Amino acid sequence: MTRTMLTGNAAAAWGARLAEVDYVPAFPITPQTEIIDTLARWCRDGEMPAKLVMMDSEHSMLAAALGAAATGVRVFTATSSQGLVYGFEMLYAIAGLRLPLVLVNVSRALANPITLEPDHNDVLSARDTGFLQFHCETSQEVLDSILLGYRMAEHAKILLPVIVNLDGFYLSFTREPIDVPNLAEVRQFLPGFAPAYSVLSDKDSVALGATVLDPSLYTYFKHQMHHAAEAALEIYPQIVAEFGERFGRRHDAVEEFMLDDADYVIVMTNSFASMGKAEVKRLRSAGKKVGLARLRMVRPFPVDDLQAALRGRKGVAVIDQNISVGKGGILFSEIAAALYGLIDRPPVLLSFIGGLGGRRFRPGEFDGMLERLERSEETSAEMARPHLLFTAAECREVGRFFAVAEREP
Amino acid sequence: MKREKYKSLRTISRQDSVVGGGPLCAGCGGQLSLRLFHKALGENVIFVNAASCSTLLATYPFTPLSSSWLYMAMGCAPAGAQGVRDALDILKAKGALPPENDRKVVVLSGDGAAQDIGLQSTMAAIYRGLDFYYFCYDNESYGNTGFQTSASTPYGARTATAPITPSSPHGSLHERRDLFEIWRVQKPPYVATVAAAYPLDLSEKVYRASKLSGPKLFIALSPCPPGWDFEPEWSVEVARLAVETGIWPLKEAIHGAVSHTYVPRKFKPVEEYLKRQGRFRHLFEPERDAETIAHIQAMVDDYWQTALRDSPTSFLPRNAGADEGGGVKQRRDNDAKHL
Repeated sequence: MTRTMLTGNAAAAWGARLAEVDYVPAFPITPQTEIIDTLARWCRDGEMPAKLVMMDSEHSMLAAALGAAATGVRVFTATSSQGLVYGFEMLYAIAGLRLPLVLVNVSRALANPITLEPDHNDVLSARDTGFLQFHCETSQEVLDSILLGYRMAEHAKILLPVIVNLDGFYLSFTREPIDVPNLAEVRQFLPGFAPAYSVLSDKDSVALGATVLDPSLYTYFKHQMHHAAEAALEIYPQIVAEFGERFGRRHDAVEEFMLDDADYVIVMTNSFASMGKAEVKRLRSAGKKVGLARLRMVRPFPVDDLQAALRGRKGVAVIDQNISVGKGGILFSEIAAALYGLIDRPPVLLSFIGGLGGRRFRPGEFDGMLERLERSEETSAEMARPHLLFTAAECREVGRFFAVAEREP
Repeated sequence: MKREKYKSLRTISRQDSVVGGGPLCAGCGGQLSLRLFHKALGENVIFVNAASCSTLLATYPFTPLSSSWLYMAMGCAPAGAQGVRDALDILKAKGALPPENDRKVVVLSGDGAAQDIGLQSTMAAIYRGLDFYYFCYDNESYGNTGFQTSASTPYGARTATAPITPSSPHGSLHERRDLFEIWRVQKPPYVATVAAAYPLDLSEKVYRASKLSGPKLFIALSPCPPGWDFEPEWSVEVARLAVETGIWPLKEAIHGAVSHTYVPRKFKPVEEYLKRQGRFRHLFEPERDAETIAHIQAMVDDYWQTALRDSPTSFLPRNAGADEGGGVKQRRDNDAKHL
């Protein structure tokens, strides 16, 4: 094991290198490029015995990933934002063929308006595809999640691809101290790839992706995918425990932060959870009984873990760094559904939309959210609607942009 | 073209790698071409399929192919082929795939994918020098979806999106895009047009291509009975008329150098081809559209005159003197009578 300073992107590259992937189809997009640049240099130098191929688009990149995985090699690829949605069709194609590859997504908000900093509309658009999703707070977690991802994806009872998500800029370009495990240790945890079912390189012919015209047959295959994802929920604790024993780090599906005696809980994901944790600490020091639950595994959705973390609390605030236009927070809806059947569900469940396009939290916003939770007179109608975080100061700032845009030349 | 391997129909394998009973239409010119192509290519093939009529070949739990099959999507079959080819090479290098089990990778698509939605991924595969075959069965339309206009649709043809109406009685008014030339200017090892009515020409081209490494394109004219509107038993005859009228030149280009592999001794008028198909019926009924027919004839004449003027060497046999007939007077290839 080596302790070193790495960006989130470099950690992703190290994850692929330590997983001894065979094949990396690539296409550049900010803020993912450092990953493929790093891998390209290693492949050229011979430090990493893999083949990296520059493709003509993310759609082609994912097609090549599909083709190689279907032929029986370990595949890694990475993209971001527009790239993910450009290749979107192939996400379903890969998952439907039950191909166990790992795709890193470096989150970036979607155009229009075109921008660079992160939110999660990109990766959450893929929530229904059949990819499992790990959302990372730290660079260490990025590296570890890639190794965990291959173990999960290649498990004979799962056979679903994995997306490992990290926030663009906040994590992709932030250097953090990281433990890089030795290759020998990693090999103990993640042996070489052995396809569980027929692949195109087999001696006997095989037809993959045959047309299915019978609705019951189609339904059967989709149900199988769902059952596999459910199996992943049961298998994950075993794999994560084994990882913990080997490497000394635990990556539970839901991370609990200062939750023990918390009356109020804030739910967050990804790197902005670090900001949330700092706020929770501050509020704790002011005597507030508040904690944070970080949803690390988004697919399969860890219903039991979330229920355990949130049941019996007085109030829960879900901060979605995404917006389903016309509905609100994507994860809020999912968490509300997970809690609905509990007799001791939190009486107050509020939805906040924050962090869009990389927007940072403003001073006082966490205090405000907590105050709303403490005021238990929230009506159910208010609970069903998202609260869009935006300050008066920002309004004035936007007004200045408008004034410039509308100025006569 | 001097034929080295396929000198008579008896040299074509009796072994079928695409068996009958599949779900494609009766008289499908695409399937007939594919069958001949696969016979010549031999076994150990992986087809990477772009969404098209041919996607129905493998309909769970059946496949008429003795080879392997991977369905991709419509726009990215060459990119999928890249992944398959690279993975095979990786496994070979690791010693995990014995060389005798190596596969030929073939993209199978219609003209919609080859000309339109998949052109970008195709150009990229050529740029990378991917070692693969691209077999495009060209039924000059989006056939599977009900015969809409594609960039291959010929001038004057009726399609579902260029229907004949009182205010627009002319069919499609675009000239078809020349896919052969789009490939050829990049000088890939092999580009060819074929037609199932000329099985020796087709098979010999597969043999010639098999000796070359890199991107290899076959564009197979594929008469489509329901789309072109003729009886299924006329598929071979319609393909033959396309060649004999000069509408569908049989040719190849090796690293960009063109050869016409078969030239009719005497060109038939295009009318003989057009009037066999319902998609051109409006050129003859209720009144004869002499202007459009003349325009189509002029385009064909122009092709051959330009070819003769600008690239006379394309009419020379590859090995002068040793060919059968050769040049513009090359002996008529009437193999199709035996099909």
